[in-house]
Amino acid sequence: MTTVSSGNSRGIRPLNPARRFRLGLFWIAGSIVLLLAVAALAGPWLVPHDPNAVDLASRLQPAGSAGHLLGTDHLGRDILSRLIAGTRVSLGCVMITLAIILGIGLSLGGIAGYAGGRVDQVIMRVADVFMTFPTLILALFMIGMLGTGLVNVIIAIALSHWAWYARITRGIVLSMRHRDFLRAAQLSGAGRFRIFVEHLLPATFSQMIVLATLDIGHMMLHVSGLSFLGLGVQAPTAEWGVMIADARQFVWTSPMLIFWPGLALFLSVMAFNLLGDALRDRLDPHLKGAHA
Amino acid sequence: MTAYILRRLLLIVPMLFGASLVIFLMLRLGPSDPALDYLRLSKVPPTPQALEEARRFLGLDLPLSTQYLNWIGRALAGDFGTSYALQRPVLPDILHFLPATLALAGTALAFTMIISVPLGIWAARYRDRWPDHAVRLIAFLGVSMPNFWLGFLLVMVFSVHLGWLPPMGRDGPPSLVMPVIAVAFMSLAINARLLRASMLEVAGQRHVRYARLRGLSDRVVERRHILRNAWLPIITAMGMHVGELLGGTLVIETIFGWPGVGRYAVSAILNRDYPVIQCFTLLMVVIFVLCNLLVDIVYALADPRIRRSTGDTA
Repeated sequence: MTTVSSGNSRGIRPLNPARRFRLGLFWIAGSIVLLLAVAALAGPWLVPHDPNAVDLASRLQPAGSAGHLLGTDHLGRDILSRLIAGTRVSLGCVMITLAIILGIGLSLGGIAGYAGGRVDQVIMRVADVFMTFPTLILALFMIGMLGTGLVNVIIAIALSHWAWYARITRGIVLSMRHRDFLRAAQLSGAGRFRIFVEHLLPATFSQMIVLATLDIGHMMLHVSGLSFLGLGVQAPTAEWGVMIADARQFVWTSPMLIFWPGLALFLSVMAFNLLGDALRDRLDPHLKGAHA
Repeated sequence: MTAYILRRLLLIVPMLFGASLVIFLMLRLGPSDPALDYLRLSKVPPTPQALEEARRFLGLDLPLSTQYLNWIGRALAGDFGTSYALQRPVLPDILHFLPATLALAGTALAFTMIISVPLGIWAARYRDRWPDHAVRLIAFLGVSMPNFWLGFLLVMVFSVHLGWLPPMGRDGPPSLVMPVIAVAFMSLAINARLLRASMLEVAGQRHVRYARLRGLSDRVVERRHILRNAWLPIITAMGMHVGELLGGTLVIETIFGWPGVGRYAVSAILNRDYPVIQCFTLLMVVIFVLCNLLVDIVYALADPRIRRSTGDTA
């Protein structure tokens, strides 16, 4: 895409500060994601205190007080420990959701692209409905039907996100169906399933990774938002949205109780978005600049 | 053009019927038993006999098709049944709370447009200079910011610290400021980014280069040749924003004690109060579908390719 800037055309720019800035952002995002992964995997061994240990004697301690780096909440529970424990809930939940979505999206998209005709039409029409409908309202309805709780939140979010993955997979299958190397595989006796797994699936990887990374942040926001409303993860569990909901009555007296979990959520979402943007520029060049 | 609008209007009828059928079936075929929930919410111990009676009373013993026809028939007459938890008719209650929600979501939509359009134009005009970087930073923060956290941050700064704005309730324009910002921030960010990208894409097209070659000024080119085309994706995106803003409003309402339908719906969902969930979801679908119809009509009016067609190609 070339733009004609009126008057002063600056010509080809050398590797500029903007590029270096982006690279720096990428490393920061990568580090945050790595940190989150460590916190999620090794959380129980990293926490300075038991995240659910109630200690009414030292309740509502400010940040930096003895033994509590970020202070304690209204039940005397250590906030840093709860933040670390929350990482596992958030990320774990998102990863499971993502696995379900990839499973549904890849298989339905693959079937639609391969089968064509009526099957394709039905699948894509259903996908259209799921894509146009606002995610939060769909999730609310699903939870109304299934009941509250983490598992149902996962199902609700999976159902409101799979359609994009199916559509992209279908597009890739359609665009590659008539390539020569696929014909060759067919002639050499490979079945449709094998062709899909061995030849088409790898072709979807780069787009799936980009889409998934960009979606992780979105899903984290949904999990926490629903938990904040009391519809997702339930109260004693340390989850960022639950922590904010717990702390809301202290907005006048101890606002930091709301600040920390929100900051953790914000930084995590931002890191995954940055990473997704960077991966998109890398892996999916024709999308470059479309959203940046 | 008229034919196009008429056809879009007619298309709504089967769409809404389909939606109502899906909502009804999913709730009925879901894992829990409405009769059990009814007894729980009426605080009656669920003996087999009581369950039997509740089934008959709620019409759950009839075939599904009859149940659906009964429900949709009454719904068309404005009767969405009685809430299990509150023992009050559902529709009047929802209609009582709905205006506040629509006022907040509508203001947020207007705010989104008023702020994001100039931001997008500004960023595209000064591409790769500081206004562009600033707008991209805002856009980036916007897509990562949890809206409920933003709501609390605003309360901390503007109510707790500065004391400028009321933290709760619905009392005139000042009480709208923080909820609207919290609801609209993400859509605003997405929209500004979209308009910027769309303008830059159009700016690279041949007719724009030709316009510049003809010696038209930057402003004229921007207004007549870039914006008119770049505007179209924004109209389409508005349909999406309506849904996100409505969803965001339901969350933000609970923070600011906004007397909308959000808290009513959330407590119904927590209780599995079926008549309320059915009515609420269907109303949200209706609002969403109508808004998207409006968006499609605006799009058709804005896009001469559709405006001048007889309706066959659209």
